[in-house]
Amino acid sequence: MDDIQHKLTAPSKASREDVMGRIISYTCIAAIIILVISILYFITSRGVATFTANHVNLWQFLSGKEWNPGTLNANGQPQVGALPMIVTSFSVTILAALVATPFAIAVALFMTDIAPKNGAKFLQPVIELLVGIPSVVYGFIGLTVVVPFIRHLFGGTGSGILAGTIVLFVMVLPTITSLAVDALKAVPTYFRSASLALGATRFQTIYKVLLRAAMPRLLTAVIFGMARAFGEALAVQMVIGNAALMPHNLVTPTSTLTSQLTTNIGNTIMGTLPNNALWSLALILLLMSLVFNLLIRYIGKRGEIKS
Amino acid sequence: METYDLSQNHIVTPPEEIALSTNQLQVYYGSGSRASMTDASLSFPRFQITALIGASGSGKSTYLRSLNRMNDRIARIEGEIMYRGTNINSPKVNVYEVRKHIGMVFQKPNPFAKSISENITFALKAAGITNRQELNERVETSLKEAALWNEVKDDLNKSALALSGGQQQRLCIARALAMKPDILLLDEPASALDPISTTKLEVTLKELTQNYTIIIVTHNMQQASRISTYTAFFHLGHVIEYDQTEKIFQTPEIQATHDYVTGNFG
Amino acid sequence: MTPNQTDRIATQVINFLVLIVVLILFFLLGDIILSGFPHISWHFLTSPSSSFSAGGGIRDQLFNSLYLLVLTLIISFPLALGSAIYLSEYAGNNWRTGLIRTAIEVLSSLPSVVVGLFGYLLFVIEFHMGFSILSGAIALTFFNLPLLVRSIEGSLHAVPDSQREAGISLGLSNWRTIRGIILPAALPGILTGIILSAGRVFGEAAALIYTAGQSAPILNYSNWNPTDSSSFLNPMRPAETLAVHIWKVNTEGVTPDAVSISAGASAVLIIVILLFNFGARAIGNHMYKKMTGGK
Repeated sequence: MDDIQHKLTAPSKASREDVMGRIISYTCIAAIIILVISILYFITSRGVATFTANHVNLWQFLSGKEWNPGTLNANGQPQVGALPMIVTSFSVTILAALVATPFAIAVALFMTDIAPKNGAKFLQPVIELLVGIPSVVYGFIGLTVVVPFIRHLFGGTGSGILAGTIVLFVMVLPTITSLAVDALKAVPTYFRSASLALGATRFQTIYKVLLRAAMPRLLTAVIFGMARAFGEALAVQMVIGNAALMPHNLVTPTSTLTSQLTTNIGNTIMGTLPNNALWSLALILLLMSLVFNLLIRYIGKRGEIKS
Repeated sequence: METYDLSQNHIVTPPEEIALSTNQLQVYYGSGSRASMTDASLSFPRFQITALIGASGSGKSTYLRSLNRMNDRIARIEGEIMYRGTNINSPKVNVYEVRKHIGMVFQKPNPFAKSISENITFALKAAGITNRQELNERVETSLKEAALWNEVKDDLNKSALALSGGQQQRLCIARALAMKPDILLLDEPASALDPISTTKLEVTLKELTQNYTIIIVTHNMQQASRISTYTAFFHLGHVIEYDQTEKIFQTPEIQATHDYVTGNFG
Repeated sequence: MTPNQTDRIATQVINFLVLIVVLILFFLLGDIILSGFPHISWHFLTSPSSSFSAGGGIRDQLFNSLYLLVLTLIISFPLALGSAIYLSEYAGNNWRTGLIRTAIEVLSSLPSVVVGLFGYLLFVIEFHMGFSILSGAIALTFFNLPLLVRSIEGSLHAVPDSQREAGISLGLSNWRTIRGIILPAALPGILTGIILSAGRVFGEAAALIYTAGQSAPILNYSNWNPTDSSSFLNPMRPAETLAVHIWKVNTEGVTPDAVSISAGASAVLIIVILLFNFGARAIGNHMYKKMTGGK
């Protein structure tokens, strides 16, 4: 064999480099996978301890209205009813999404169809700016502006679902808006031209063509916003009042899953029932974020625009 | 579209010294079982230009890209590619080494987002050449070979992306030549160029046959007849005819070839 | 009502809603800046905080935030880069890649408080690392990874395939092509992504209150020995950041001037994040121009 023939069949520096490259990138991705699995595993194993180690009935946990993990009730059962937190978490999430969605879609329409040039140029940085504001700053403004305002109007402390909803509304608004812009931009221009050419007004085009074509992706945008609202901790914790009580109206102190967790996890001892019960709340949060994720995938798969 | 009998073909083996040959080469894309290239057996003479012609979708580019294993990631290739007595289509072969001997220039100029001289030295350095003087020499020689030196010799540190399309393509040729390959594969190198750049490129290619074997895919039949000694006509994944260029363009053996070169095709 | 009337009314409604959103933004920024700016002084930025008396500063919190950010980026960037390279250059189009992408999506959709609690459970408690900058940096890495992976992958993807072909056709290994050609070409996008993620990390608090902790021990800025407990470089000390500080003074209610401190600290936070945003854009544009030779 001559020299070239030998070179053609022998491994070289390049082939060794490639093996190394594969090892490095495969290791990194493996680390992320292991991380995700361990998060799911650790939170789950802690979260189910309430039911396996402390023998709390799952149904009572989900439907009980008394949250007082340190004490027992008349039947000698620990008082770990998570319903108040579950109801509050869902209330603020749904209300915030309900209020934010019309605003978000209006802003998105303004940017894509009503004033695509100047509107987009001005509103794009506005939205990026709103996304960038940290949640503690939202919480702080909620605490110093929103809560006193509600107190002034309705009396009481001012904390509660209404304050939480207002803060979350502003927080999820940019999230939903930027995704809604993407959704509307994904509708091909010829949909619009076709409708306008048939003599439809702009609003008819928007309402009958644009919003329908973009509906699945708009829904995904709203769910993304809800996922963010449901998992938001500190901003809500600062304005919700943090009393683990069933909410009876929008302006009395109550507590979400996240606010209960952040307020109390540092004050309980690992392995005790009060601590385990908090991990069960964390497990609910985790499961809900998986549910939001599944919903987004399901709608996303069904709603791809075929063009 | 008229259907031609794909089993009817006329393929010669050039009497000259052979630089590269394929034997029953088949290409399958994806996991499919349908071959995109069937039984291609061609021999390419050394220090000559061979042109591969055919309509789009005829498989000529697929075939060309298989010759230096550029299709490895996207296709399965069966059959033999013989180079210097070695079948380089074997999993045991070091593909990086193969590509150093069989260089390639693509349809669209694709210089790196680096300076002109770095475009040429990057792969040389990776191949272990670190001597400053030798690197400079190779930059100069390859740019001269690609007929670009006079235009860029004062701007070697400028970004390659600032060059014109024709200059970029000649830089890509220089970049391939700097590796001192045996064989140069060109995949429609003039398709993105204006007529003046194309003429310059053709003159350059003719001069390169002093030291290099060139295989060029082209959709431009005038170009094929101007620069090549041998021409292969591809149709629907089959090699229909392979002979001296004059023969292909003046007295082809097969009807399909005749129709294609006279413009009565399809 | 005629369609034209409806059209006009609908447009008015949309304009009105947009106006409200813009007003909200101006109110937010105005509130932060008007109530925060008067409190920002050299004294505020350079003196330590005080819990029970007025007049405390944010020196240590500001430093902690920056230090934590640097540590987080040191840990998360290589991991994210390796993973993004895997996804954009090596991953095939198959169920395994789908599973990996799902896992990353799940990670990105987890509430930051859950990520923080996981960090608390594993690093602070199980690994006995205590409330420390390192625990915080690891928790922030988890929080930061999916976004960083996605933005780096996007930047790698934006580099045309013809560049990869050019590299391997010269006999370069895939790895060399990625490192020497694809990465430099993707650098402006990657840098922009890093800086934007830095803004998010800088303002994050929920993942930190149970990992980096809520206390800011007095730091000795002349002690450069990272193993010494009073050194400002010690990664094993608890470290309250600026964002956590805003949360804490407001919820504990023992600091008399909590509102003015939070206002000042919020303004500082926003200014830093704005700088990150503008910096990201400026650097991205500058590098892009430089690479393409001004074309």
